[in-house]
Amino acid sequence: MSTVDTQEAPVPDFGGAAPGRSLAIICSKGNLDMAYPGLVLANAALGEGVPTQMFFTFWGFDLITKSRMRDLKFTMLGNTATHLPQGLGGLPGMTALATHRMRQQIAEIGVPDVPEFLDQIVDSGGHLWACRMSADMMHVDENDLYEPVEGIISAADFIEKTDGAQLLFI
Amino acid sequence: MSVATIAGHQLHVDGEGFLTEYDEWDEALADELAARIGITLTDRHRAAIRFLRNDFPARGETATLRRVAVVGGIPVKELFELFGAKPAKKMAYIAGLPKPRGCV
Repeated sequence: MSTVDTQEAPVPDFGGAAPGRSLAIICSKGNLDMAYPGLVLANAALGEGVPTQMFFTFWGFDLITKSRMRDLKFTMLGNTATHLPQGLGGLPGMTALATHRMRQQIAEIGVPDVPEFLDQIVDSGGHLWACRMSADMMHVDENDLYEPVEGIISAADFIEKTDGAQLLFI
Repeated sequence: MSVATIAGHQLHVDGEGFLTEYDEWDEALADELAARIGITLTDRHRAAIRFLRNDFPARGETATLRRVAVVGGIPVKELFELFGAKPAKKMAYIAGLPKPRGCV
């Protein structure tokens, strides 16, 4: 039953996010399953009007390295959340199989792969930064990185850029 | 859900003011809803709204930004330019549909 009310309907509050709110996401993992939490949350924050900066460091560097970003893998090893015997994960071909299955599941729900997801984040106004120390360790430079990455910067620079932001370490 | 007035029409809305009855919407109402949140509709806005309207009945849920971009063919960047912050919710409001519930 609806109640009859001739009052003027309320107007939803679409005023951006809370003033000054911003988000900093540090992506430190390169496994396929660990790439997504940061990407999904960055995308959600941007959609809600929250300025978002992402910093890719250590294994997270794989997400923005051109030669690897299309080839992230998922392994069952060390992951009890698959609820399968751990020994299975060590069998030959299991990582390839698990990766294939996870990619299918992700695609089935209409979620893009990593490069396309990063495109969407950049198109939504997100900022991507690469970690200086990781670049030095892995001997890569700007030419090796996904183009929309704005620069290779030190951890201190990232902290400076995200002054006052809420921080998420993944 | 209650009945309230928007631009002189009596319509079913939820607590936030989103329309709850698909058939109570029309193109003229879209202009009124848009004006209430400070948007003047252009043909590009209308293309996005029309996609949302046409997509909803079969799926039973409001398209996400990604779906509007990939299936509707309007790039995400353009949706932010057209609707500003919170484009997915604003489009849903103007289209007389519920807020999108998808994560991506």
